[in-house]
Amino acid sequence: MSATQTLRRTALNETMRKYGGKMVDFHGWELPIQFSGILKEHEAVRNSAGIFDVSHMGQVFVTGADAFKLLQQTNANDLRKATPGKGVYSHVTNEKAGLVDDIIAFCLAADRYLVIVNATTSTKDYEWFKTQGTKMHVKVENRSDDYSMVAVQGPNVPKMFEQFAPEALKLPRFGIVEKEIFGEHCFVSRTGYTGEDGFEVTAPHKIIVQVWEKMMELGKPYGIVPCGLGARDTLRLESGYLLYGQDVDDEHTTYESNYGWVVSLDKGDFIGRNILAAQKTDGVKRRLTGLTLSGGVPRPGCKVFMDGREIGTLASATYSPTLKKGIGVGYLTPADLKPGAALEVEIHGRRVPAEVSKVPFHRGTAFAKTLYTGA
Amino acid sequence: MPKAEEVKYTKTHEWLHLAGNEGTVGLSEHAQKEMGDIVFVELPKPGRKLEKDKPCAVVESVKSAFDIYSPLNGEVVAVNEAVSGDPALINQSPLEGGWLFKVKADNPAEAGALMDFAAYGDFLKQNAH
Repeated sequence: MSATQTLRRTALNETMRKYGGKMVDFHGWELPIQFSGILKEHEAVRNSAGIFDVSHMGQVFVTGADAFKLLQQTNANDLRKATPGKGVYSHVTNEKAGLVDDIIAFCLAADRYLVIVNATTSTKDYEWFKTQGTKMHVKVENRSDDYSMVAVQGPNVPKMFEQFAPEALKLPRFGIVEKEIFGEHCFVSRTGYTGEDGFEVTAPHKIIVQVWEKMMELGKPYGIVPCGLGARDTLRLESGYLLYGQDVDDEHTTYESNYGWVVSLDKGDFIGRNILAAQKTDGVKRRLTGLTLSGGVPRPGCKVFMDGREIGTLASATYSPTLKKGIGVGYLTPADLKPGAALEVEIHGRRVPAEVSKVPFHRGTAFAKTLYTGA
Repeated sequence: MPKAEEVKYTKTHEWLHLAGNEGTVGLSEHAQKEMGDIVFVELPKPGRKLEKDKPCAVVESVKSAFDIYSPLNGEVVAVNEAVSGDPALINQSPLEGGWLFKVKADNPAEAGALMDFAAYGDFLKQNAH
């Protein structure tokens, strides 16, 4: 990328600067890496409340009589789980069963879906849906440039929403409600990328600063803090969530990424199904496997060894503020390593003892059986 | 304990405080701020011979790793065990509780080539984006 190329800015750019965000280039977007510090932000989300600008995320609307058919055809998960007012986390698969993207498809009505896609893949996803839907009665619209998005995350966030959006408190995990906020049509969903309970508000640019400031006000009694990409990464990795482009891409399948629960082989045909069915029967040669270590901080790209032999490299890795040790995930072979198995990770040319861990590394309030529904 | 104005600085952001031929080495206030929360430190073993301008320790924050370069030729005579257990000391007080190691200088005059506080300040300004 040339130095003169201008970075894309979200509608919250000035607000991020006002709150002291340290801005960086994130895949062509100017976003804050941190505000008060990654550890403080991470802990605020785990223990109380934090707020993130996630306006770089994309919104693709799929509408029409064949909207369900198109999404069912292009996704590994079963869209029948997404009844009106609900969403489903899914993998959009290519013919090789690699991932076009990982997404959340929200069913707004039987013939109307909102698909939240990754920033770097929004155009690719839009074109993929358009191509696959050529012969269907369906309209695919990439509205990513029309919407901003904030994620408000943490165990105390539902209490903040008692005034702001009481109907959102009744939502199950992955539920969504359409709501007028500051005179504009918005979406509030019980979703996030941190492993804690909370909401994401998708809104037109013109009111997003108002939404942010309202959240800061409602969150004040809970010590809400603005959070950056740094905390977003440590929170999501502890929770075992995938980062598209780093943990998964067009060349890795859902089974390989250890997200087999996403695959619904019995829903009928979908793109890449035959390959996934074969992998289900035969197993996979490599699997995204978790590990922990105490003698250093592992980073993406670090080599992993077992019995002195290299068995893979780390896709994502960092220091875990919750576990207070290094954590990472990488595609390792053999694919059937058991938690506790002894490994080594090469850090700065030195081999540090590590062990296989189950993923998620930490289960926050988003994983709870029951969610807060109001006082 | 030294003040920021009393120590010498390297272009790689270490500080050095020399007393006779024994130097104490740490990470500058500027560097700790840039790195953010420090979560891991790997220090050299006492007795190790250090070469001037060669990496001899590693300081890691949540986001990045940072090599520490020896400001002098010499031998490690002490390390700060406290920062190994609590690396946040480097953020909290980089010139006091957060010192990294002490080196017995082969030739203390080598320190004369390092920057003083004012020169380091100018160096940071020149290198700011």
